[in-house]
Amino acid sequence: MTLDAFLFQVLNGLSSASGLFLIAAGLSLIFGVTRIVNLAHGSLYMLGTYIAYTFATKIGGVTGFWGGIVATALIVGALGAAIEFVLLRRIYRAPELFQLLATFALVLVINDFALWLWGPADLLGPRAPGFRGAVEILGRRLPSYDLFLIVIGPLVLLALHLTLTRTRFGRLIRAATQDREMVGALGVNQAVLFTSVFALGAALAGLGGALQIAREPANLATDLIALGDAFVVVVVGGMGSIPGAYLAAVIIAEVKALCIGIGTVDFGFVTINFSKFTLVAEFLVMAIVLIARPYGLLGKAQGAVRSIAEPEEPIRPATPLLKAFGVAVLAVLVCLPLLAQSSPYVLVLGIDVLIAVIFAASLHFIMGPGGMHSFGHAAYFGLGAYGAALLVKWLAWPMGAALIAAPLLALAGALLFGWFAVRLSGVYLAMLTLAFAQIVWAAVFQWEGFTGGSNGVIGVWPPPPFDKSWVYFLLTLVLAVAAVLLLRRFLFAPFGYAMRAGRDSPLRAEAIGIDVKRVHWLGFAMAGLVCGVAGGLFAFAKGSISPETIHINRSIDGLVMVLLGGVQTLTGPIAGASMFALLQDTVMRQTEYWRALMGAIILLLVLTFPQGIVGAFASLWRKVGGRT
Amino acid sequence: MKPTRHMLALATALACAFAAPAFAQDTIKIGELNSYKAQPAFLEPYKRGMELALEEVNGKGGVLGKKLELIIRDDGANPGEAVRVAEELVTREGVVMLTGTFLSNIGLAVTNFAGQKKVFFLASEPLTDKITWADGNKYTYRLRASTYMQTAMLMPAAIAANAKRWAIVYPNYEYGQSAAATFKDMLKKAQPGAEIVTEQAPPIGKVDAGAVAQAIDDAKPDAIFNVLFGADLTKFVREGNTRGVFKNRTVVSLLSGEPEYLDPLGEETPVGWIATGYPWDKIKTPEHVAFLTAYQKKFNDYPRLGSIVGYTTIKSIAAGIAKANSTDTEKLVEAFKGLSVSSPFGTFSYRASDHQATMGAYVGKLALEKGKGTMTDIKYIDGASVLPNDADTKKLRPAAD
Repeated sequence: MTLDAFLFQVLNGLSSASGLFLIAAGLSLIFGVTRIVNLAHGSLYMLGTYIAYTFATKIGGVTGFWGGIVATALIVGALGAAIEFVLLRRIYRAPELFQLLATFALVLVINDFALWLWGPADLLGPRAPGFRGAVEILGRRLPSYDLFLIVIGPLVLLALHLTLTRTRFGRLIRAATQDREMVGALGVNQAVLFTSVFALGAALAGLGGALQIAREPANLATDLIALGDAFVVVVVGGMGSIPGAYLAAVIIAEVKALCIGIGTVDFGFVTINFSKFTLVAEFLVMAIVLIARPYGLLGKAQGAVRSIAEPEEPIRPATPLLKAFGVAVLAVLVCLPLLAQSSPYVLVLGIDVLIAVIFAASLHFIMGPGGMHSFGHAAYFGLGAYGAALLVKWLAWPMGAALIAAPLLALAGALLFGWFAVRLSGVYLAMLTLAFAQIVWAAVFQWEGFTGGSNGVIGVWPPPPFDKSWVYFLLTLVLAVAAVLLLRRFLFAPFGYAMRAGRDSPLRAEAIGIDVKRVHWLGFAMAGLVCGVAGGLFAFAKGSISPETIHINRSIDGLVMVLLGGVQTLTGPIAGASMFALLQDTVMRQTEYWRALMGAIILLLVLTFPQGIVGAFASLWRKVGGRT
Repeated sequence: MKPTRHMLALATALACAFAAPAFAQDTIKIGELNSYKAQPAFLEPYKRGMELALEEVNGKGGVLGKKLELIIRDDGANPGEAVRVAEELVTREGVVMLTGTFLSNIGLAVTNFAGQKKVFFLASEPLTDKITWADGNKYTYRLRASTYMQTAMLMPAAIAANAKRWAIVYPNYEYGQSAAATFKDMLKKAQPGAEIVTEQAPPIGKVDAGAVAQAIDDAKPDAIFNVLFGADLTKFVREGNTRGVFKNRTVVSLLSGEPEYLDPLGEETPVGWIATGYPWDKIKTPEHVAFLTAYQKKFNDYPRLGSIVGYTTIKSIAAGIAKANSTDTEKLVEAFKGLSVSSPFGTFSYRASDHQATMGAYVGKLALEKGKGTMTDIKYIDGASVLPNDADTKKLRPAAD
């Protein structure tokens, strides 16, 4: 690459950075003040692209394009305010992270809404009036719209910076980011503040989307892509830091542009195509930054959030009633093969539900009692699944040995990643786990020769007698029961108490001699181990696996299962996983707009059971005077 | 789009599924699974194509005296889900065969499932060569021209360009990788002097179009082989046009002439690219005109390539069952060997050697007419003409039969 080419790629990087920054800034603001992990942020961005496209094509011309961009930002901002006002406000008192569930439902609903309103085809907007052509720089042609974007990013940064530092509204935002209860105690109307911050964040997302229509088509996949990008930028820059978000956007965009610019390099002994690294570049950057600077480049340690949720009840051993219920459920499950002779599909579904139960229970183990919100739990599921499948494929191991090796591989991964992750807390821990999961995903995706790349590994079927679904179902049942009981046993052992002590009060736990990091690290590893069992079972149940087993969607599914059931209860993940798996099976069969229906059902559950389903029943039980 | 009608159709299908066995015996159930939510641009027209074919088949009294009944499921764009859905279709709905799938990894997972559970599977759309070759099995057939075939169809044009320096750009997953590998392989054989000066492999759906277009321009190629499609293609074309990357360069491009990917480009359509595609407004064969008329009459919209694939899938199934004179799996497997099917693209057959259909594709130059993308100088390339002969094919299918 010549120097000119290098400098020119730097310019390309800067224009991409502006786009990244605009999506990320809003997310950062919203998280900083409300502590909501807004999964719907990418959906707001996507709506921005569609709405701006509509303005630009229906009205057209300068008004339609530039006026449309402004109007889009306002409309999406208003929508953000409405989301906060109608939905999120009702669930601020729910356990931490629960709001994530509501925003997840919004992702599903908004995507189907866009499909319904704008149709399935990609929609490319017109070129920007006034910026149609290119300018000659360094003997190359740079689209003038890219120059415009290079300028607009820092301008928005400046405007936000001035708002945050020079206005009363900005002071309130900064104060709330540091200590929102104190802001409330000083007489500031938090409700209004939250709504306005949400509206501002949403408007920025809408603006970011609207500005992209001259460069890329509005399409239904942008919501999750934009969300992923935004999270990485926000975390690398430091949650709540707007300049940090810009800096992070520039770094990530430049790394990518340079990887592309370098292209294929022959090192003599090995040829590397650097353009392939763009798949994983941002997550590598994120992992490195978080390991070196736990709060991101310009972030500060999060102010303590004195939770406004009701304090969590300590967990208690199962009552005789619950035990009896458990035995009854188990008895039904054991008899299921007999009951299901006329409809063998019940067993197939049962296997899926049980695998989901193991997955969710292992995630809950670190999320609930451990207080470590892993956003990358699919990594251990995937390590287990790939471990088992690859041992069968390359070394022709029998199923039994592969199923034993699967959790051990997941354990190894969890020990490695956990060692770094437990050094962080809160959302930074969540994001580091996500980064690790993405790195594993990218490695599996990229390593065509060994893992089968995007097609994955096929032909991993269980040998007789396990090829009959009732035998495999019983195997899965045995392992699921063992996994759940093992995790419970751990929680009621001194180890479990130490883990919870470390979650609730790290300083006091340290003071009485608990090595909190070590305990959390082992807890993390334990969860990985059990999750690996689920992965191994999954591989043989499906006969084939592909990188989807490690994809972020699976991690999010896990979070949804745990939150749906109730993060503060031990039976919650079991109920949540069963519910989610059955719901998915039913809903996907019933309707064309199944995602919207799924989202609507989750929204309904969220509003009805803000502590999760089991959590709600448990507190109801307590209210009527019973004991859990 | 008319959601109510689809829902009604689905509700009817469901109602039939739960209806009394006496009624169920009057129909032949076909299970179809696809990534409807993940790939709506291709699959909504595909579904319409299936509906049209179903109407035609059943309007003539169905097959073996029974009506065909389609049970459609979303596979969640995830192989794990897809296998569960396939099991559900087979065990709960009692379908006689499976069809569908779009993404290669899902197509392969269902292919493998079909082999394991001995279920007949007609893969309609997934392009990966492995479905019929490396991982092909006795129970799986495939309709759509594979990655290898599509690339081979473009080779004559690529070689005619007589370019010394080639740039390649492809989405970084199996489809892109194998298209690029096939292209390099064939280019090397036909034109040993040609050199690949840059190879860009952006992640699918996330191309940094400006940087990629620039890197290609900086490598100063004489010609470009493009495998990008969908939103990636749209972004790449706009950046490339603005930056003058395609000026005075031959561009050979896979799938770009398909309305699904060409239409979003609109006025941005890169004129002169040589591409495979489906110029629905230019094909004047009687078979196609009949299809086009019926389709436009029913849906008041023009067909996309997905419509052709969906339509032909159902027609293949009807022909296969009629030839087998049974819905028995083994008999279907036999019947599809050499099965001849008439389609909007003319008559083609399913090869006995690798279970690949010989339905071809159109190759032509992208053009801009009235602000919309289309193709000129179109030529139909028969799939049979680009496939290896039976002896070579046998070597490619180690796992089959």
